[in-house]
Amino acid sequence: MEHIPVDHPYFGVFLLFVITFGAFYMTTVAARWASHKLAAKTSEKIKLSVYECGPEITKQPSRISTQFYLFALLFLLFDVEVVFMFPWAIDFKLLGWFGFVEMLTFILLLTVGFLYAWKKGALEWHSIK
Amino acid sequence: METAYLIETVIKIVTILLVFSALAGIGTYFERKVLAFMQRRLGPMNVGPYGIAQVAADGIKLFTKEDIVPTNVVGPIFKIAPVITAATAFMAAAAIPFLPSFEIGGYVVNPIVSDINVGILYVLAVMAVGFYGPLLGGMASANKYALLSAARGAAVFISYEVITGLSLLAPLMMVGSFSLIDLNNFQIEGYWMVVYQPVAMVLFLIAGFAETGRTPFHLVANDHEIIDGFGTEYSGMRWGLFFIGEYANMFFYAFLISILFFGGFGDGSVLGAFALLGKVSFFFFFFLWTRAAWPDVRPDQLMWLCWKVLMPLAVINIVITGFVMMF
Repeated sequence: MEHIPVDHPYFGVFLLFVITFGAFYMTTVAARWASHKLAAKTSEKIKLSVYECGPEITKQPSRISTQFYLFALLFLLFDVEVVFMFPWAIDFKLLGWFGFVEMLTFILLLTVGFLYAWKKGALEWHSIK
Repeated sequence: METAYLIETVIKIVTILLVFSALAGIGTYFERKVLAFMQRRLGPMNVGPYGIAQVAADGIKLFTKEDIVPTNVVGPIFKIAPVITAATAFMAAAAIPFLPSFEIGGYVVNPIVSDINVGILYVLAVMAVGFYGPLLGGMASANKYALLSAARGAAVFISYEVITGLSLLAPLMMVGSFSLIDLNNFQIEGYWMVVYQPVAMVLFLIAGFAETGRTPFHLVANDHEIIDGFGTEYSGMRWGLFFIGEYANMFFYAFLISILFFGGFGDGSVLGAFALLGKVSFFFFFFLWTRAAWPDVRPDQLMWLCWKVLMPLAVINIVITGFVMMF
């Protein structure tokens, strides 16, 4: 399969974005309309409460354990690493030994950070211990 | 902008939307059948011959269910979250060549929506955006189970995003291009990529289960722990859109693995096209097979596997590939 050069290759992406979001949003609108016409309706008060033990409807605070934020930080660290490595990988043959040694140094520095995080216990799941 | 190009692009997009929406529905049927046969059951049998019309029955049921938006949920976010999941799953398809190119009356058609030069990077980026659906849906639901599921899912997803990126680096070093067409053409001469990069293939496959939220890593909707996770408060077609997104993602991931590591459609003959479809079917089956054969892991085991096993392995794989290519 050969590449067919076009002037604006991202135009297809944009069109796909518009059409998929439009189509799926219209699907929910159509489903809403159909259920309005067809679905059996009851008007119990408790029906619209969230799934929970007990009948009281209360506003629940959306709090997430700090453990998850730690993983988000680690992700930030290592995904940025990956983003730096992608251009290097594409031009690997062009850059040769120079680029390879540079990247090895970069990986070494990150490994030190990784080992520090490991030693500090950032990779453990604390809540079950 | 030529009119022919515009019409061609619109036709491709509509075809992809229709085919993969239908495949997502049929995928649920196959999942039930495969799981049933692996457990010595029959699965759906009543609606139509061998239960094949079960898909249509489910669709009608989803459409005609009463539309419920519970009290206390954050309305707009709650309503847009399933649309994000489904739409981004399909947007990832833009850079995937689904079949080899063919000719209609002298007009050559490449069955790829937009042949961008950062193909695989684009696919991974859009798949990553897809997780905003469960995350926003879970956080907007005002429900503890949904919130837990959203947090867990985000942790799993962003951790394995790193593995996906790192595992792909070694093949990309060998090929020197992001475009999935170039990655496919690289394997025409010589062997399949899996022969050169078996470790990368295994890592990419494992990360695929996390990215699509399939069973060994199905923590976002682990029924016996957190009900249906982010989908607890959803009903009707909104819940159905989450499902369409999940199954479409499975199909696209099967395409990615087949093209990246298993030769894709080769030199582009008709045989190659059928070979690609066969490989994709196998990997879709593999997803279902794993669900029948493996239990779910705990969140801490998952994180252990990701950060302490797979990530060092992926980095070592990159370094070894570099040394081998240099000497």
